[in-house]
Amino acid sequence: MNSKTWLLAFPACFLVVAAMSLVPWSHAQEEQSLRPAAAFKSIENEEERSLALFQEAGKVIQHPRCVNCHPATDRPLQGANMQPHQPPVFRGNGGMGLPGMHCTTCHSAENISVVGQAETIKSIPGHPAWHLAPIEMAWEGKSLGQICQQIKDPDRNGNMTIDELVEHMAHDELVGWGWNPGAGREPAPGTQEEFGKLIKAWVETGAVCPR
Amino acid sequence: MVTFTLNGTERTFNGDPDTPLLWVIRDFEKLTGTKYGCGIAQCGACTIHLDGMPRRSCVTPISMIEGSDVVTIEGISGKEAEAIKTAWAAIDVPQCGYCQSGQIMSAVALLQMVPKPTDDDINSAMTGNICRCATYHRIRAAIHAAANSMEG
Ligand code: FES
Ligand code: FES
Repeated sequence: MNSKTWLLAFPACFLVVAAMSLVPWSHAQEEQSLRPAAAFKSIENEEERSLALFQEAGKVIQHPRCVNCHPATDRPLQGANMQPHQPPVFRGNGGMGLPGMHCTTCHSAENISVVGQAETIKSIPGHPAWHLAPIEMAWEGKSLGQICQQIKDPDRNGNMTIDELVEHMAHDELVGWGWNPGAGREPAPGTQEEFGKLIKAWVETGAVCPR
Repeated sequence: MVTFTLNGTERTFNGDPDTPLLWVIRDFEKLTGTKYGCGIAQCGACTIHLDGMPRRSCVTPISMIEGSDVVTIEGISGKEAEAIKTAWAAIDVPQCGYCQSGQIMSAVALLQMVPKPTDDDINSAMTGNICRCATYHRIRAAIHAAANSMEG
């Protein structure tokens, strides 16, 4: 390409890129919200309704804010791209880290803003109950159907009844951190209240799991 | 105003409550043994003991430590600290030294929790303390030597 065609190509490329950027934006908007449980009433078949409710709730369950602390190994993940945690830290007793590198060596009872840093790091996440989900609750690498079976199974859900599960999803404060993850981190879609209502409606319609 | 204990002495801080403890220690208390490496809990150079546990002071707002006990490299004491100091000197662990206050604070905390650490225990506890001079093999040897010296 000679320099003249470059000059012509540049604005054209720019327009294409600008137009393309609108697509992921609206997609992202949809990904960032939850359809309310009531919106599923139009699905008459109860089994189908249950399934659709769980799939909507799955946008939260499979979000990095949730999966990162439900890893398949003893090492937490971090970031939107679900990288292994740096520094390399491991589960330890109660999912609170190993001696000398407990979670609380760096994580606090709240999200802590950092200043004078790169655009890519704005805060260190924290919560009073900061810890990893037990290994039997690992979600990393599982399909939504597998996770669905898992969270209904008392052996793999912390021995919760289905009602306790609804309560946990709707009100547990560490679960709630997913919607308040601190600056520089995308929150889980919707709100915890909306998510809790989806889970409740899913249970009320028979807690059907995707295949 | 925040009141806390620093190396056994009661101190107060009147500034911005978001000020990292590391800045208070270095800029206000003028204890410069504790180092700044990254500011985001990635290197361990700023490690201090907060109520007896290792903690990265760069990600610890001063408002968080009201009533707490802070110990820095200047104030660390006790049999684990003595054993680590002796082993560090005998093996001549540091190269440039920049990471070493953090390494020592983590190593002392490890021995306080696990008096006879295995290599795995050392890996787990020291993984957050980076050394750009790669003195890791000497750090490991010195922690084992310190643990052995405490046995007698
Ligand atoms: S300066 Fe605190 S961990 Fe690097
Ligand atoms: S001795 Fe140089 S950074 Fe560790």
